[in-house]
Amino acid sequence: MDDFYRENILDHARHRRNWGLLEPNQFDHHEHNPLCGDSLRLTLKIDENGVIQEVGWAGDGCAISQASASMLGEELVGMRLEDAKKLDKQVIFDMIGISLTINRVKCATLSLKTLIVGAYGKQIWEAIEDNNG
Amino acid sequence: MYNVQQIREDFPILKQFHHDDVPLIYLDNAASSQKPRQVIEQIDRYYREYHANVHRGIHKLSEQATEAYEGARKKVQRFIGAKSWREVIFTRGTTESVNLVAQTWGRENLKVSDVVLSTVMEHHANIVPWQILASEKGFSLRFVPLNADGTLDMDAYKRILAEGNVKLVLVTHCSNVLATINPVQEMAKLAHEAGALILVDAAQSVPHLPLNVQTLDADFLAFSSHKMLGATGVGILYGKRDLLEEMPVWQGGGDMIAEVTLEGFVANDLPYKFEAGTPSIAEAISLGYAVDYLETLSMPDIHAHCQNVTAYAYQRLSDMAGITTYGHAKERGSVVAFTVEGVHAHDVAQLLDSQGVAVRAGHHCAMPLHQHLGISASVRASFYIYSTLEEVDVLVRALHHAKKFAL
Repeated sequence: MDDFYRENILDHARHRRNWGLLEPNQFDHHEHNPLCGDSLRLTLKIDENGVIQEVGWAGDGCAISQASASMLGEELVGMRLEDAKKLDKQVIFDMIGISLTINRVKCATLSLKTLIVGAYGKQIWEAIEDNNG
Repeated sequence: MYNVQQIREDFPILKQFHHDDVPLIYLDNAASSQKPRQVIEQIDRYYREYHANVHRGIHKLSEQATEAYEGARKKVQRFIGAKSWREVIFTRGTTESVNLVAQTWGRENLKVSDVVLSTVMEHHANIVPWQILASEKGFSLRFVPLNADGTLDMDAYKRILAEGNVKLVLVTHCSNVLATINPVQEMAKLAHEAGALILVDAAQSVPHLPLNVQTLDADFLAFSSHKMLGATGVGILYGKRDLLEEMPVWQGGGDMIAEVTLEGFVANDLPYKFEAGTPSIAEAISLGYAVDYLETLSMPDIHAHCQNVTAYAYQRLSDMAGITTYGHAKERGSVVAFTVEGVHAHDVAQLLDSQGVAVRAGHHCAMPLHQHLGISASVRASFYIYSTLEEVDVLVRALHHAKKFAL
C-alpha cells in the first residue's frame, strides 16, 4: 500500500497539477516553511457565489510539499472557499497516505497553511495546526 | 501515600557522605534542587541514543529529538495550565524570562510617564532588568513596601495603583527569603482593574505548589527547571498569547524566523519567535521528565510535605535563643531565613557545612530586602520533596554547635 502512495506522491511532485499563477485572481497568498525554506504561492479564481473555479500555484520545495499542493489544488476546484475552513490536517494526511514524522508534517501541510492563513488569518491556521497532533 | 524515604532512594546525591563520615543534609533547595535518577538517566539517554539538533533535520535522530523537546513543552503547558503550548517559551531560566519581557514588551510599551511597580522583597532578577530599561526609557520604578510580618502592604499597593500610571506590576509568587506567599491572584485582578499587566516570578512557587496560570490570570509568569528537579540552563516564560503575538522579537538568529532575505526577515510563529538559536535540548527534555516525576508524587502532596517540614523547622529555630528568623506570614513557602547572634551568616554556613548541612548564606540575590531588614546577610535553610524532620533536627544540633563560636 505504501508503494502506491509513494508512486502517487512522486507523480504529483513530477507533474504538478494546476501549476502556474492565475492573473487576475480573487485570492493570492504565499507562505514559507521556516524549518527548511519551502515556499508556496497560491492563487484562486473565485466566482460570485464563493466557489473556487480555478487553482494556480507556484512553489519550491520537497516532493512532499509539492505533491501536497498539487493534490490539494485538485480538491479545491469546485469547493466554496468558506468550506475550505473545515479542512484539517487529516485531509492532507489522507491524501499523502504515508506516515509522516514531526518535521515532515510541516512540509505536507504548507499548502493547507497557505490557503487557510490567506483566507482566514494565522490564528485560525494555528487552531487547525494544534488539533489532532 | 507520600513516602519520603522511598523518594530519597531516587536521589543518588543524597546517599553520599558530605565529608568523611558525615552524611549530606541538603537544605539549599531554594537555590537549586537535586535531581532524581529518572531525570539524570533521561539526559544520559538523550546523549547516548538520539542527540541531534531540533526543528531542522529530516533524519530520524532529529525527529526523535524534536518530538522529545516539543513533548517537554506540552508537559509544561499542562503542568501550569496554559491554554496553548504556544504560550510556553523555553528560555535559559527565570532571569532570562524576565529580561525577555523587559527587552521586548517593556522596550515597546514603557514611556517616561509610566510606572513599573515592583516590591521590596523581589529577587534581583525582577529588579535589575527593569532598572536597566528605566535608565534608558526614563519610566519610574517603584516598590510596594512590606508589613512587619513580611507580607506586602496591600493598602500601599492599592494606593499606588490608584495613582493611575502603573503599566506593569512585578511580583514574586513566593519570596526566596521571607517565604511569604503573595496573593498573586488578587494582585493580578487589582492590576488589571488599574489597566496594568502583571509579571509573576514563580521560581519558588512552581516547584512547590499546584499552580494554574489561567486561574492566577498572570500576564507573564517565569520559572526555572533547576529548582524543580530538572537540569540547569533552561527555564520557562509563560505569556498570554495575544501579548506574545504583539511583542517585538528579541534575539535574532536561526529558528526565530519564517523567512530571511538580505533586506529583512519575517518572524516565526509562537513560540519559536522567541527561541533564537539551538536551544538547551537535553535540559528542556529533562524538565519534561522532572514534571512527570512531580506529577507522579502529586503537587498537593508535595506542598503538604514541604509545609510540614518547613513549619517544624520554623518552630524549632524560633524557639532557639540567639536565633532570629525573618518572615512571619501565615501563607509561607519552604524557606526559613535566620541570623545567629554574634556569628556572621557566612561563618554559620561554614560551621553547618562541617556538620554536613548545606545551607545558603548571604543576601540571596535580594539585597534591597536585606537593607530593609537592616542586616547584611542571613542564613537560609530551604526544603524540598526529600527533606525530613530528622534533617531539621540535625540542623538544630549543628546550630547549637555553631553558637559556641559567637564573638
